[in-house]
Amino acid sequence: MRLTRLKVAAAAVLVASTLAACGDAGDDDDKGLDVDVQDNAAEEFDAGTRMRELADAGSIKIGVKYDQPGIGFKGATDDTPVGFDPEIGKILAADLGIAPEDIDWVETISANREAFLQKGEVDLVIASYSITDERRQVVGQAGPYYVTGQQLLVKSDSDIESIEDVKGTEVCSVTGSTSLANIEAEGATPRGFDTYSECVDQVLNGTVDAMTTDGAILLGYAAEHPDELKVVVEPFSEERYGVGYSIDHPEMCDWITETIEDAQEDGDWAAAFEVTLGKSGVETPEPPAMDPCA
Amino acid sequence: MDDVFSNFDLVLKAFWMTVQLAVLSGVAAMVLGTLLAAMRVGPVAVLRTVASTYVTVVRNTPLLVMCVFVFFAAPNLGLLVGTPFLVKGTIAVGLYTAPFVAEAIRSGVNAVPLGQAEAARAIGMTFAQNMRHVVLPQAFRASVPPLASTLIAMTKNTSVVAVFGIMEATARMRYFVNRNADDTILIFVVFAIGYILLVELISLGAVGLERRWKAAR
Repeated sequence: MRLTRLKVAAAAVLVASTLAACGDAGDDDDKGLDVDVQDNAAEEFDAGTRMRELADAGSIKIGVKYDQPGIGFKGATDDTPVGFDPEIGKILAADLGIAPEDIDWVETISANREAFLQKGEVDLVIASYSITDERRQVVGQAGPYYVTGQQLLVKSDSDIESIEDVKGTEVCSVTGSTSLANIEAEGATPRGFDTYSECVDQVLNGTVDAMTTDGAILLGYAAEHPDELKVVVEPFSEERYGVGYSIDHPEMCDWITETIEDAQEDGDWAAAFEVTLGKSGVETPEPPAMDPCA
Repeated sequence: MDDVFSNFDLVLKAFWMTVQLAVLSGVAAMVLGTLLAAMRVGPVAVLRTVASTYVTVVRNTPLLVMCVFVFFAAPNLGLLVGTPFLVKGTIAVGLYTAPFVAEAIRSGVNAVPLGQAEAARAIGMTFAQNMRHVVLPQAFRASVPPLASTLIAMTKNTSVVAVFGIMEATARMRYFVNRNADDTILIFVVFAIGYILLVELISLGAVGLERRWKAAR
């Protein structure tokens, strides 16, 4: 009897470990790429720089979006956010010798990105953070690491084909976003919501005529409802996503720029794109040229 | 900051939307709230139960949840799809505020000495006449301070619909904050002053009413 029980226990352990292994394998797909974590990274940076401090500390706080599929998204049951922005974060952290699991992910929403950088709540913001002159007054922005443009997501049977057609229609996006301001300037009635998923819902149930934001995000939603939704019009704005850092540490700009340029050259950038935004079917674009640091 | 002042028409339009929302919701809440209060103090047991159930359920529901029902759940069920957003906002805020109005008025009704209602009944008034000519006029007078508080809270509560598709003051504030990352504090101050002015109007109105109805005593 005793032996049987032992056998059962052994079998159970075996099954459990097999299942766990399967689970791990499944997770690896979602977790994106493996990055090469630098050894002894701290020695690469001069003493007194912020990079040296972070490398010595062995951890970094990165602010990303949690509600933009493809860009930065964290589901209710996920441990870490996934998307192109977190991938860029992992590449930067790896250069400091910080492994992906040592990154402290923090959710930043559009309205608190500057405040979080100023108060040191996060070390970097990689959160579909368009580079603008106003923002560069209060925070540092290195980049662009990705350039996208604003488009429209409509129902498959919609009459909206060009940007002129939005005059007099109701178009939703996130309250206070640049996209909403742009579409208002095109003559549409702006309808602001808290999240993109709420906005998609309004398009699906017919309350509003279209949703607008960066094309990359729209493609992600169109892929979720291929029969009901489509992405239309040529991109009518240019959003240059940058990496935000505190203006108190200007030395970070050169480091961010060089690290991303290296990733663009050795293919890490393209690989990061393919496992995130590329999943919606768009071709991997040419990486954009980074702005020189001041 | 220049951006805000050179586009001040956008600020005014946004506050006009807040005012419209507040006035429409206020009227809806006052009418429904008075009705609920009358039902709760009335002689019909069924109506009393209905009114107190409504007060219990709605007063214990956060406004955000109310908005989720009106703006998300209803359209998904095919209701209110073509309804203008302003009307949906009025429904959400009005329905939410009504029980608070009802309780403010009920406290006023309870403040009217019992002898008043008894005297009215003694001279043969019906319940409706009694309420209309004797109890409610005195009850409203006693209800002015709590009603003013309720309406002030409601005016500020309209800001919740900023994330439900309505371009009112708070939504417009977020628009400016997003465009002027270097000036956020001043923008907050400008919009806070706007809200203070609106709320002061209600306070002054309440003070005026109190003074006027005091003289009538």
